[in-house]
Amino acid sequence: MPELKYTQDHEWVRADGDAATIGITDHAQNALGDVVFVDLPEVGREVAAGEAIAVVESVKAASDVYAPIAGRIVEVNSALTDDPGLINREPTGEGWFFKIEPSDASSIAALMDESAYAAFVDSQA
Amino acid sequence: MAETESLLETPLAGLHRALGGRMVAFAGYAMPVQYPAGIMAEHLHVRSAAGLFDVSHMGQAELVGEGAAAALERVTPADIQALKPGRQRYGLLMTQDGGIFDDFMVANRGDRLFLVVNASRKHDDFALIESVLPAGVTLRRLPDRALLALQGPGAAAAIGPLAPALTALSFMGIAETEIEGIPVIASRSGYTGEDGWEISAPAESAEALAKLLLALPGVQPAGLGARDSLRLEAGLCLYGTDIDEATSPVEAALTWSIGKRRRMEWDFPGAERVREELANGTARVRVGLRPEGRQPARGETMIHAPGGETIGSVTSGGFGPSLGGPMAMGYVARSHATDGTPIELIVRGRPLAARIAPMPFVPHRYAR
Repeated sequence: MPELKYTQDHEWVRADGDAATIGITDHAQNALGDVVFVDLPEVGREVAAGEAIAVVESVKAASDVYAPIAGRIVEVNSALTDDPGLINREPTGEGWFFKIEPSDASSIAALMDESAYAAFVDSQA
Repeated sequence: MAETESLLETPLAGLHRALGGRMVAFAGYAMPVQYPAGIMAEHLHVRSAAGLFDVSHMGQAELVGEGAAAALERVTPADIQALKPGRQRYGLLMTQDGGIFDDFMVANRGDRLFLVVNASRKHDDFALIESVLPAGVTLRRLPDRALLALQGPGAAAAIGPLAPALTALSFMGIAETEIEGIPVIASRSGYTGEDGWEISAPAESAEALAKLLLALPGVQPAGLGARDSLRLEAGLCLYGTDIDEATSPVEAALTWSIGKRRRMEWDFPGAERVREELANGTARVRVGLRPEGRQPARGETMIHAPGGETIGSVTSGGFGPSLGGPMAMGYVARSHATDGTPIELIVRGRPLAARIAPMPFVPHRYAR
């Protein structure tokens, strides 16, 4: 499986063939707490890097989820609608949010790798 | 964490950290918003067994001297003079123009009144009360006391063997007793809608008391996050969010806290406004709201008539773990305040269908 890349918004990106799968990190789900609702983008929507395109709500608060790369939404994880707790239980697995077909495949390579993200998280503590 | 460095701490700060509490700033104090179990689990545990909350940030004080009850009535419309020894009651402190200065608990301890006020307002509250005291009545702040809340249907079975005097109390009863040698003042009350006690103890004994209570069967620590979702399910107001100096008791649907005698004498601050509003109604009123689906609407969300004009706004909103869905409270125009009335909540620019709903969202289970 391709390695995960990370953003400073605590999201992960996995390049899988033509599309990149995106979710929030374990650190992010832990900080949010129990997720009770997600608002996912429409399939087919063109998104810009850094654009707020989804919302995740925990018992306590609502947070934006951003498009880490520019491209087109090709799939969303509809299982989250009925079971948003997947985000807490399997943040980098079944708890994924959406898939983006990147407009520029090299934009993924420019994101942080695991050790750079770990250092970033430590610097925020 | 840097953001909590300048904050005050309660006597249980060390215990919170040892328990893995996630500390956040609240009313100038570093307080645990949750422990490792998380808000959802802590909330559900309080509803099914028992949770222990640290509420030591709240203000405690005693009012002593001949005429203390009459003196306190100069700032509240609650009937304090009719409060019997060993009983506690909820009241409002009022502004001169009929707004809510704070909400508080007052108990008659025989030779004195015992007060518990909100952390965010305690300094202002105590100054307000002192400003109306006649000679011979004194307010004694009790900054060296901690306050713990043991809440949940399992609380009585847990604490009964240690403190039978506490299980002998009915809802809103208060007693002084000892728990394993620690002197406490405890009332059968709380902020969750469940049975339970709020237990005042000397600060130096607070950690020993908390550890002792946490060791009782079924008792788990619970943080401010669960306290907030529990109180909202119970339909209880949070001062500064659901009620404030701009809100009257009539708008807030808290007129039940105004004593009958006080409504005949009209001798409390803001009485003119309250009297007028009771006679003619208010433009807006506090209501419960139930959004359809699972999406919560948070505080400050605008409330619209279906497809139409703004009729109010949400003051508190979130997801009710025991309710299994979103819930909110807020203020709407009286014309739209009837239970069942369909309304729209404007969440991130889109209308979310909801209805006016009765509160509490989860039934109270007090020991009456």
